[in-house]
Amino acid sequence: MDLRALGESFIAWLEGLGIPHGWVLLINWILGALIILGIALLLALALIWLERKLAGRIQDRLGPNRVGPFGLIQPIADALKLLTKEDITPANADRITYNLAPIIAVFHVLMLFVVIPFADKVVGANINVGILYLMAFGSLGTMGMLMAGWASRNKYALLGGFRVVAQLMSYEIPIALVMMIPVLLVGSMNLNEIARGQGSLLGLGWNVWIMPAAFILYLVAALAEGERAPFDLLEAESEIVAGYNIEYSAMKFAWFYLAFFLNTWILSAIATTLFLGGWQGPFVDKMPALGVVYFFAKTLFMFFVFAWIRATFPRLRIDQMMAFCWKVLVPMALTLLLGAAIIVKLGTQLSLPTGTVPILMLVMNVVVLLATLSLLGRYTRTLRARQNKRLFTPELPRL
Amino acid sequence: MVGQALFLLFALFTLLMALGTVVARNLFHAALFLVGVFFGIAVLFILLEAEFLGVAQIVIYIGAIATLIVFAIMLSRNVMGKEAGAYNSQWRWALAGVVFFFLILSWLLVRMPFSLVQAQVPADAITQIGQGFVGHYVVPFEVASVLLLVALVGAIMLARER
Repeated sequence: MDLRALGESFIAWLEGLGIPHGWVLLINWILGALIILGIALLLALALIWLERKLAGRIQDRLGPNRVGPFGLIQPIADALKLLTKEDITPANADRITYNLAPIIAVFHVLMLFVVIPFADKVVGANINVGILYLMAFGSLGTMGMLMAGWASRNKYALLGGFRVVAQLMSYEIPIALVMMIPVLLVGSMNLNEIARGQGSLLGLGWNVWIMPAAFILYLVAALAEGERAPFDLLEAESEIVAGYNIEYSAMKFAWFYLAFFLNTWILSAIATTLFLGGWQGPFVDKMPALGVVYFFAKTLFMFFVFAWIRATFPRLRIDQMMAFCWKVLVPMALTLLLGAAIIVKLGTQLSLPTGTVPILMLVMNVVVLLATLSLLGRYTRTLRARQNKRLFTPELPRL
Repeated sequence: MVGQALFLLFALFTLLMALGTVVARNLFHAALFLVGVFFGIAVLFILLEAEFLGVAQIVIYIGAIATLIVFAIMLSRNVMGKEAGAYNSQWRWALAGVVFFFLILSWLLVRMPFSLVQAQVPADAITQIGQGFVGHYVVPFEVASVLLLVALVGAIMLARER
């Protein structure tokens, strides 16, 4: 079954009814938008259950287990509870900004769903500047959180807003640099083209095999971009109570919660598309509908990894978080991008035999990864030596 | 026809937001109106089939510049008050400068002959822009990046603890 053909036959059927072409296109667009919206909201319910259950199991608890089999209906019960709760607006809040912030928070994530290819050409808008679009609307989310933090007129919310800007803007740089590496390799910013470019070796020629360092870097930076542990300083309860969304209650809080889970899913989907082959997999050229299965399987796996890390690691200190970004991730991402650019250019200029470019890329990635790890290891050793020397002074060395 | 209506709608939106930026009493609101202006301009770029410019507008102006402006405002004094004032004692000089700049701009706009070309936007517009950056326009491009680097180093020197 070809999903594309299904859509085209639907258009033909509508035109057969005697509806003018412009209206058919309009109906099609609205339907497409509603389908993406429906997928996103249903996904959020499933993901909330999955994350809570996984975290419960990993931490040797049961997780949700009261409502429905295995607690499956728990998210719906939670949503109903949030709907019926009292909606409180702080007396001093800046009303318009306060109410606009959760809308922007959800809006920016839903806009990101538009360019994700679920299968070959099954994508909301197949635009040429897909990666740039992802970065553009990704950065819009910062604005929503900043508005929430400021409009609440609460000092903890404002501090949370500061942290949002500091963290998200810093980690946007390595993530943007590393997203450019698959773009260099394929020569297109279109996400569908990038997924298509990983179809060698029976659909298993994924980018992660040839650029493991870039993938790991993306994973770490995505944890920070998605405000997940160990980078969840934006909502560190012990420091700033709950961060930018502290004054939000009932459905408005639920919107931030929704945006948080959808954001994680989008980050997993981007990782899947850029590094894990997107909808590519064995036999996908014969049965295009398999692409959807592969895409969701890989994205859920990435989501599982994110949930796993969240359930396992403690939180970083804020100076460690910033130093790690600027002193480790940014230089590493720059080196990787420069190396990839040189290798791709060499490949086209010297017309190297096929297969050389991927091998060179792999070697470069492994070298950069090992160099980074050894530098970090040496740094930790000197830190520990210094700590041992001043064992009895309470002052902690700064990173 | 639809394109015309959309253009008018978003042009009106952009103008209203620009007006809001200027007249808002609260500095934070002014910054948010500015974000609206940038968004409207991005939509206008997309209506002109310049996808790349539209998305770059959002990345650079909303994602980076507007966020930094808002951040700077949040670090200024009295940010939690109802009236984070938009005026100070220098407003007369600012007004004079703005009027002068407005006159120059309107003079330029009236004198400038806009050449209209009946042609489709090429499909590989992004490729051409990219090749332009590292080919024909490489010197201005590099000079701009050196300028940014100088600004960066200068900011670090100013903020450094001695």
